Amino acid sequence: MDEQRTHVISTLVLNKPGVLQRVAGLFTRRGFNIDNITVGTSEQENMARMTIISKGDEKVLEQIIKQLNKLIDVVKVRDLDPENTVKRELCLIKIHAISEKKRSEVIQYANIFRGRIIDVSPETLTVEITGSPGKIEALIDLLRVFGIKQIARTGPTAISRGTLD
Amino acid sequence: MKGSEAIIKSLKDQGVDIVFGYPGGVLLPLYDVLYDSDLKHILVRHEQCAAHAADGYARASGKVGVCIGTSGPGATNLVTGIATAHMDSSPILAIAGQVGTALIGRDAFQEVDTLGLTMPITKHNFQAMQADEIPGMIKSAFYIASTGRQGPVAIDLPKDVQEQEFEYKADFQIDLPGYKPTRKGHPGQIKKASNLILKSKKPVILAGGGVVLSESSDELLELSKLIKAPVTTTLMGKGSFPEDDPLSLGMLGMHGRKVANLVVDECDCLIVIGCRFSDRTTGKVDEFAPNAKIIHIDVDPAEIGKNVDIDIPIVGDAKIVLTSLIKTISKLKEGNPGSTKEWTDYISDFKINCIPRLSFDDVPLKPQQVIKEIRDSIDYDAIVTTDVGQNQMWMAHYFTSKIPRTFLSSGGLGTMGFGFPAAMGAKVALPENDVVAVCGDGGFLMVCQDLATVREYDIPVVVCVLNNRYLGMVAQWQKLFYDERMSHTHLGEVPDFVKLAEAFGVRGERVEKPGEMKETLQSALKSGEPTLIDVIIDPDEILPMVPPGCGITEIVGEYKVEREVPGEIPYRAPHKEKEWE
Ligand SMILES: Cc1ncc(C[n+]2csc(CCOP(=O)(O)OP(=O)(O)O)c2C)c(N)n1
Ligand SMILES: [Mg+2]
Repeated sequence: MDEQRTHVISTLVLNKPGVLQRVAGLFTRRGFNIDNITVGTSEQENMARMTIISKGDEKVLEQIIKQLNKLIDVVKVRDLDPENTVKRELCLIKIHAISEKKRSEVIQYANIFRGRIIDVSPETLTVEITGSPGKIEALIDLLRVFGIKQIARTGPTAISRGTLD
Repeated sequence: MKGSEAIIKSLKDQGVDIVFGYPGGVLLPLYDVLYDSDLKHILVRHEQCAAHAADGYARASGKVGVCIGTSGPGATNLVTGIATAHMDSSPILAIAGQVGTALIGRDAFQEVDTLGLTMPITKHNFQAMQADEIPGMIKSAFYIASTGRQGPVAIDLPKDVQEQEFEYKADFQIDLPGYKPTRKGHPGQIKKASNLILKSKKPVILAGGGVVLSESSDELLELSKLIKAPVTTTLMGKGSFPEDDPLSLGMLGMHGRKVANLVVDECDCLIVIGCRFSDRTTGKVDEFAPNAKIIHIDVDPAEIGKNVDIDIPIVGDAKIVLTSLIKTISKLKEGNPGSTKEWTDYISDFKINCIPRLSFDDVPLKPQQVIKEIRDSIDYDAIVTTDVGQNQMWMAHYFTSKIPRTFLSSGGLGTMGFGFPAAMGAKVALPENDVVAVCGDGGFLMVCQDLATVREYDIPVVVCVLNNRYLGMVAQWQKLFYDERMSHTHLGEVPDFVKLAEAFGVRGERVEKPGEMKETLQSALKSGEPTLIDVIIDPDEILPMVPPGCGITEIVGEYKVEREVPGEIPYRAPHKEKEWE
């Protein structure tokens, strides 16, 4: 059996209704795993970039790419090389913090991780952080002791380094 | 122009002259235009038959077949036929009505998510939300359905879009940036394949449905003669190579010919063309062609390596790839003729000793005898369709086909009820050819209401119902693998198929003894009228098979051969290590 690896698959798709369903349906039907999927507009008009994070061996990856390519609304598919890819995620963390002491600790942690406080209420603070999924995990772990009320993560999106396609 | 008029115009612009359909509330605008259109419409008696008929039309003629159904139940009834076409890469266009755009999503009367339902069973599908999208959509649909790896396309058509007025522009463009099928094979791969083929001492060609779809039977024959390699086919590839040729091995797989299964096991180079390595063809994948290097030619890159590991893949249209392959091999051969004579001699011996026995004088009739008489009654350009079950596998195994597009069968989906409506579609496509459907009693009953259609439209197909009063194929598995516990596979004593036919105004005949099939079929064809022949066959006849999950050499059941005293079958047990390494 080949080695299981996490792949970042970047696709350019037509920005039409139903495209997400086509892609998601393909993964379900063929038993491919999806860890994460992000969709947003791209540099090209009428096209969206869909970034899919999936685990599998080389054979599975090959099938994923080929099957994606068969979808008429999928224009381009790339398996991004992990060595030459930057991967970022946005995360919002709402923390229960009333005391001054707690609040200032949260703000300090946020600062160390280059996060920002984007919302404050008498009972809560909301931290915004972007970074690699690992960095986000680390901050979440640190903040857990204060009492996290909610987490909203976008899941990672990715782009190749330099002039690579 | 109205949306509904644009549909008819666009279909006609694509060369469509006939459609199979069934109307309903949301299709009233479209049917109103059909009323005085010269586009011919055949009113089937069940939407499933519309889809199968369009499929049969496509398989027989190579042109895109068109079927129409209303929203909701009309669309769901089309689904089986669309899925059948999808599995066998058959180019059809299915148009389904939809509730008005303002009602979509509100669980309106007869609303169903047709787009969602057909997404996994079409090559692509569309929903028209504006009438001005229709011309481009239909043109794209035909282009997608009929190029690359062919397949069904569905269009979801809301009622108000059919009624909407728009300004028709003749110079519209279609834009499919995500669709660029590869046609030419990679020259480097073709060179590699040619070298491997010339080095091989025991080559075999496996031809799939892709050979039929790409119209490359001539090239297949030429390649086989050039490299002196025997040819076996999948069910879908049947007809792509003349089965009376000395180099033909017949069908491979679960119900394949013994010679084909054993020779593929032994070969050192397997050249696979337009084939998706279905489990029904390969048997246990790990034991498939254990001694061979495999060359795989296919237009769909996703088929390469999907089920079986490939040594030399070539992505491209089989016709174009085979043409270059033949050229390259011919050139390379000049200095080095090579020889597979030992191999082909061995295979001829082998073949002679396991030609399946067809002649039986038993009553009730043996299906082999029936099939022999059918073969003797019709020309090679006659089109036969099969249903699914024993009838299908008997036909695949025993019936000799020579010409592509003359053997039509539901392979991938194995859809009972396919045979009769597909025959109807084939006959409509090619009225000059005789068309015979060979069905099981179970499968035919699933679609028998369309006897009304063949009567009303005078479509003179002949349906041979191989009547064993059993869901024979399931019964066969119960006999072989479930201790003969015949759970719910006996069909009882009704109907009387002759009377059933007559109730529809269709000729009904019954055949019970050897010799009668030939006579009855010939007179049915001569009559020029739709005819049903009720053929009473032996319910106990079993077709030898490879049990699921086994290697294809592990055939169970008695393999009856033509020779009275069969010679020793010179099969050499496989040497599991690859000779090449
Ligand atoms: C629509 C559908 N339902 C069920 C099956 C499962 N099935 C495969 S073969 C078969 C028996 C077919 O019986 P019959 O049509 O009488 O043909 P026979 O095998 O007797 O020739 C069944 C039930 C199927 N292939 N298709
Ligand atoms: Mg039966």
